[in-house]
Order: sequence, then C-alpha cells, then structure tokens
Amino acid sequence: MSPSPDELMTVNAARALTGARTCFVGIGLPSTAANLARRIGQPDLVLIYESGTLGSKPSRLPLSIGDGDLADTADAVISVPEIFNYWLQAGRIDVGFLGAAQVDRFANINTTLVDRGPGKSPTRLPGAGGAPEIAANCGRVLIVLRHSRRAFVEKLDFVTTVGHGAGPEDRARLGLPGAGPVAVITDLAILRPDPATAELVLTDVHPGVSVQQVCDATGWPLRVADTVATTPEPSDEELTALRDLKAAP
Amino acid sequence: MAEIRTLPEAVAELVHDGDTVAMEGFTHLIPFAAAHEIVRQGITDLTLVRMTPDLIYDELIGAGLVRKLVFSWGGNPGVGSLHRFRDAVENGWPRPLELDEHSHAGMANRYVAGASGLPFAVLRGYRGSDIATRTDTIATVTCPFTGEELAAVRAINPDVTVIHAQQADRHGNVRLWGLVGIQKEAALAAKRVLVTVEEIVDELTPHADAVTLPTWAIAAVARVPGGAHPSYAAGYSVRDNGYYLAWDDISRDRETFLAWLREHVLTEEVIAQ
Repeated sequence: MSPSPDELMTVNAARALTGARTCFVGIGLPSTAANLARRIGQPDLVLIYESGTLGSKPSRLPLSIGDGDLADTADAVISVPEIFNYWLQAGRIDVGFLGAAQVDRFANINTTLVDRGPGKSPTRLPGAGGAPEIAANCGRVLIVLRHSRRAFVEKLDFVTTVGHGAGPEDRARLGLPGAGPVAVITDLAILRPDPATAELVLTDVHPGVSVQQVCDATGWPLRVADTVATTPEPSDEELTALRDLKAAP
Repeated sequence: MAEIRTLPEAVAELVHDGDTVAMEGFTHLIPFAAAHEIVRQGITDLTLVRMTPDLIYDELIGAGLVRKLVFSWGGNPGVGSLHRFRDAVENGWPRPLELDEHSHAGMANRYVAGASGLPFAVLRGYRGSDIATRTDTIATVTCPFTGEELAAVRAINPDVTVIHAQQADRHGNVRLWGLVGIQKEAALAAKRVLVTVEEIVDELTPHADAVTLPTWAIAAVARVPGGAHPSYAAGYSVRDNGYYLAWDDISRDRETFLAWLREHVLTEEVIAQ
C-alpha cells in the first residue's frame, strides 16, 4: 500500500492527536484526521464540533460541521453560545485542530482574503469561523494544510487567527491562554515552533520527501532542524482505516 | 401571541424593505423556504445577519436584495466558496455588499447580548487579529474586578428573526430540537419573530434537549413542510449534501444562477397553508 501525499498528511495529523482527550475539530482536513485518530488507537478521543456537539462519533465523514450524524452520535448537543463560552473559552478543550489558506513563519493564519496585486480586489475567502478563539483558548493547536509557496507566505495578507504573533512573548502579551500552534502538518513535512523564537522549524519530512523540496515550497527562508527526522511509513492498518473512512457512503 | 399564517402573508407582514433580518440555523433548520419567499416578494435593501451565510444568503445576495452582511464564516460548508457572496464582495455584482465581519464566538455573544437586553457582550477574543480593525462593532473593555482587557462586541437586535422548527401547536408555541445552534438567542434578540415549522400538532412532542419558544415571544408561525431544504429538520429530513455540492456549479456563473433563480424560486408555488 503506497500512500499519497494527502494520506501522509492525514495519517500524521491523526498521530499528532496522541495523548489528547478532547479535540475541537474544524471541517475538512482536520475533521478527516480527527476521525481517523478515533479509528487508529484513540477510540476515546472526544470530538467537539462548533455546531454544538460534544463527543460526536460519526460513522462516516461529515460534509459539514452540522451533519445530522454528528448530533445523533454525540454525548451532548448544546447551543452555539454554550460551546464557545463554557467549553472553549473556559479552557476545557485540549487540542484545537485547524486548517488554513495561508500561514506565516509564526503559524499565524489567514482565512479571510488573499491579495491579487495592485488594482485588483482581493480574493475573498470564507473568514474566521471559530478559528480565532479556538487558537486562543485550546490547550494547544494543530494546523493541517497542503504545502505550497502560495500557502506558506512571508507575510499574511490578513491576520485572521493569531498563532505566535511575531515571537515567543506575543501570546502572553495578547492574553491568549493556550500554548498556541505546536505543529503544522502538511503533505510534505511537519514544522514545529522553536521554543526560543516561536519561528516554525522543519523537523520532519515524510518518506521520499527531501528537505530541499520543503524549502522550495515555503515562501520564506525556512529554518531547518539540525537533525530532520523522517515520519514513519503509514502502516497498513492506518491506510486501510483512512481509505475505509473516505470511502464510507 | 403568534398568529398562524401562510408563509406569503407572514413574510409580507413582518419583513420590510431596509430591515435588519437574521435567518438563523447552524447548518440544521435553516429557513430556506422563507428566504425564497423574500425573493418572490422582492423585499430589498436588507441588512442580513447570520453566523454562516450559507446557500440561503448566497441566494439573497445574488438576487440583489442585500445591502449589508453581518457574519462570521462565509463558505459553502465542506464544498468551498459561496460564489454569489464572493462576486458581490470582489466585483460589486449585482450590487456592492457592505460587511460587518466577526468570529463565531463574537457573533454568538452579540446575539446573547441582544437576547439579554444588554448593549454589548464580553469575551476573550480577537486579540491580535485584523478582524477588529475592520468593524466598529468590536472594542475593548477592562474588567473592573481583575483588570483584564477583554473584547466587547455590540449587541445584535434584528428587526425580524426568521427560524425553522420541527413543530408548533395550534396556539403557536414552537419546539425545535437536534442542533439548536443560535436560534433561541437570535429569536429573543429580535423585535419580531417568524417561525416556519414542519408541522402543526395538537400537543408538542416531548424531547430531551429541545428548545421551546412560547407563543407570546413569536409574531407568526407558518406551516412549511420541508421548509429547511437543502438544510434539514432532525426527525423529519436529512441534510441534502448533494444539493450543497451542486450549488457550486449553480452559483459559480451569474447567468446560470439567475436561470436557477427564475426556474426554482420565482416560479415555485408555495405549498404552505
């Protein structure tokens, strides 16, 4: 079984949830990874969706954060103000799992707009959703997105969601309670913030990917760890679980 | 006390040109049929409020009825862009669209403040984000007890809130269940409330976790079976995910969208009674 780049990303994103008890799940890539995590060794992982479900156990991948399956299989269904105020803002959730259109070297996120150059109006993206407060208030944050120079940019066109601001002191200065992004997982690699500078550093590449490939796909001079690990090949069990999940009607 | 009305009567009576209208339902119970009726009646210059504009506001924006949008996430969930929303923001077609943009937590708290009769709500949010630089409905306040600086968001008090629910009884008491989203807060924040329902029953079905809105908090109830489609009503229908996928093609092109609007909304007979 040979994994595709997207499968490498999703399997590694699911692995990154090891040890988490509760996860606030964004739709799309994060939702796929979080549901995979429940199938490969973390059956008790509590999935929380912003539509108001605590402990969803969907039998198939939801298209939206409000598919009926998420509510029908939940431990509790609650209102939107309650999920954001009592559960997220009060600091009860271990991991926030987010996607992004653009990230910068401090793992700040843009999901609002992308500049198209002078004289043109920016490309409009969906906007913030739950992300700013998920990134602020969860114990730690995982970001998953595909690696390209369009996505990994020197300067965000809009700061929708703060990761580490402009350095290691910024989260404390801004009063953001959680630890912020601890990993950015892509189809090529895993980047992690340097504890001293908060800048993302290339720490892992997926099998068959070179360090140079990752640097070429990053829009700033990417710092590279002294020793770059290679992520373990996805097991047959992991790949089978992921393919079954994606194939489920 | 809620009047039991047909949908055309209720919309004509409660929704007016220039109104601020919230049509809520977080993925579940989105009041699509009422939006179609607003299109048919050509009610325009609206300020629309909704956490997730979804297909329902994409349609109203594309129909040229919307002056301003107050929202927090403007995509087609799990599919991609809302093309009519993007065309209005990027190109001003069919008319420019003013935005008041928030995060979900901010919008949720704005409704809570509105429902509570308070001028603003407080949350720990927006710090360091560019969002706060683009709107006058986010400010900061200092906690008088701890000194912590927090975000203040202005209350939302729509002229009219429209929601869809599973049931009403003959007196106009309403019950909804499943993902209850922000509907209770949106309804109680509004001056007038219109509820479309799957059915009108003698006795409301007891249901754990249900939200009940008493008749005296509602202006009108209209029976519209299937009125949430392509969203859904738990216990009555399932989300039509195929429709959300198909909307990507329907809405991408202006002419295709307008043809769809003519064929599926403007000529549609209302089945409510």
